[in-house]
Amino acid sequence: MSAYDVSVLSVIGINVILAVSLNMISGFCGQISLGHAAFYGAGAYAAALVMIGSGSLPLALLSGAVAGTALGILVGFTSLRVRSDFLAVTTIGINFLFTGFVRKQAWLGGEMGISGIPGSGLGARGNMMMILVFAAMTIALSVYIGRSWMGFAFSAVSEDEDAAATLGINAGAYKLAAFGIGTALAGLAGGLYTFFTQFITADAFDFIFSVMLMAMVVIGGIGSTWGVAIAAIGLTLLPEAIRFVNDYRLLVFGGIMVLVIRVAPGGLAALARRLARGDAK
Amino acid sequence: MYYVDLAVTGLSFGCMYALMAVGLTLVYGLLRILHIAHAAVFALGAYITVIVANASGSILLGLLAAIAFTPLFGMAIYRVLYQPLLSYRPDVPMIASVGLLVLMQDAFRIAFGEQGVTFQNNVYLFEIFDIGGERVNAVQIAIVVCTILVFIGLHLFTTRTRIGIAWRATVSQPKIATSFGIDAERVRYLCFAIGSALAALAGGLVGLLDNLVDPVIGYVVSYKALAIIVLGGLGSVRGTLIASLVLGLIESYGTIFIGSWLNRDAIAFVALIVLLLVRPQGLTGVRAP
Repeated sequence: MSAYDVSVLSVIGINVILAVSLNMISGFCGQISLGHAAFYGAGAYAAALVMIGSGSLPLALLSGAVAGTALGILVGFTSLRVRSDFLAVTTIGINFLFTGFVRKQAWLGGEMGISGIPGSGLGARGNMMMILVFAAMTIALSVYIGRSWMGFAFSAVSEDEDAAATLGINAGAYKLAAFGIGTALAGLAGGLYTFFTQFITADAFDFIFSVMLMAMVVIGGIGSTWGVAIAAIGLTLLPEAIRFVNDYRLLVFGGIMVLVIRVAPGGLAALARRLARGDAK
Repeated sequence: MYYVDLAVTGLSFGCMYALMAVGLTLVYGLLRILHIAHAAVFALGAYITVIVANASGSILLGLLAAIAFTPLFGMAIYRVLYQPLLSYRPDVPMIASVGLLVLMQDAFRIAFGEQGVTFQNNVYLFEIFDIGGERVNAVQIAIVVCTILVFIGLHLFTTRTRIGIAWRATVSQPKIATSFGIDAERVRYLCFAIGSALAALAGGLVGLLDNLVDPVIGYVVSYKALAIIVLGGLGSVRGTLIASLVLGLIESYGTIFIGSWLNRDAIAFVALIVLLLVRPQGLTGVRAP
């Protein structure tokens, strides 16, 4: 396995965690978030600072998850006040707020970012294994939640909040839970990214990256853990495999996103289900 | 005088935002879709302006070409992208819209280059006027004048003309409007045509003001105009104007007082988030249904 393979696999693992965790918020619970990169970034910066300060890998990863979830719960509270598309605008705002804030902070490295972050001590291959283990755990957690009572409550909130309330489901609490879990995982992914690159700038966590993550969720099929995980892998590999795609990454991603929504709003997952049932349509 | 300078800058930026956002408000009011690809229409208008202006030597011709062509593009977006998705929940067309924006922005980059296109002979930018001690250029004046004309025009259109009244009827009660013989489809096409023309006008003027049209020109629209229409309340044209001017002023003063720890874009969103938490229905809007 070459160094290139190791780094591609690491990026795939991180993107899978991000896409699957975004799917918990936007897919399971129906709260469209276009600012997932902000939570990812918060986790990365927190992990970097803690690692520089303490030198402890578990502590750094934990603080990444905590930072992601802290910001996530904050945004979750906004979701209690505003609904659907207005929430989407607010989350775009959170993303710009995050990058705008970080760029101006000397203690976060400003425009230059933070460099010279101590390594995890596991080596590139060990890092990759760690990332892939976390990615597998994220998928497992997502599948488990999808089948649990919580997953049922999430989809009730997603379908119709008022009807969910009449079933005795506390919509607010479940929305906060979705944001809390999803953003904790995004923060964890941020921590893993910090150890992967050992160098972070605000540019890695901009709005465009949030859109790419949303593209993975939509293309995979909103609400389907496996669909989203496969889309995350495919869309990460695509620019690596095809030179054209690497040059025109956003053109291709945007194009696929539009096509998928237009042709099959349920994404790959819905297409697969349709094929499995053998529908003519 | 310093604070007056800031107010002038703030208000001229506010007018610019108002021109950018009003098309978005019209679409949102009618279809309840966050038309994020409006930013792509805006960028298209800016590109047409700069290319036609450079080719023909007339900036006015460039603006007219942009205003003439973009409505077709806007109506095509409605026909191809939104119309088939109207029966889905509003975030489905919104995500499609984000996809279209990202796609178009990359297409502009590929077609016209990363560096963007500059105006070869932008005479208006260097024509400075002195108004009561304030130095402003002709483009800034044009933006303010256009904003005033556009909003007066929209007001007259929606209150005095038959099709304008049909529009308002469709906004408030689509089903009843249809039963009164109003063709809702036609109103929607008209809405996209007018909104896109206004976006093109705004794009051309902003391009002139910056003397540059680059692939990221639409970003300001994609996020700030969104913030504005949310601030202004659900599809309210008056609210959009007020929110734009308020945001222009907040940014203008904000960059002086808190600019050292937040940048301009972030300040706009702090204002948005604080306001949304206090008044989820926006500045002038009524509570969301």
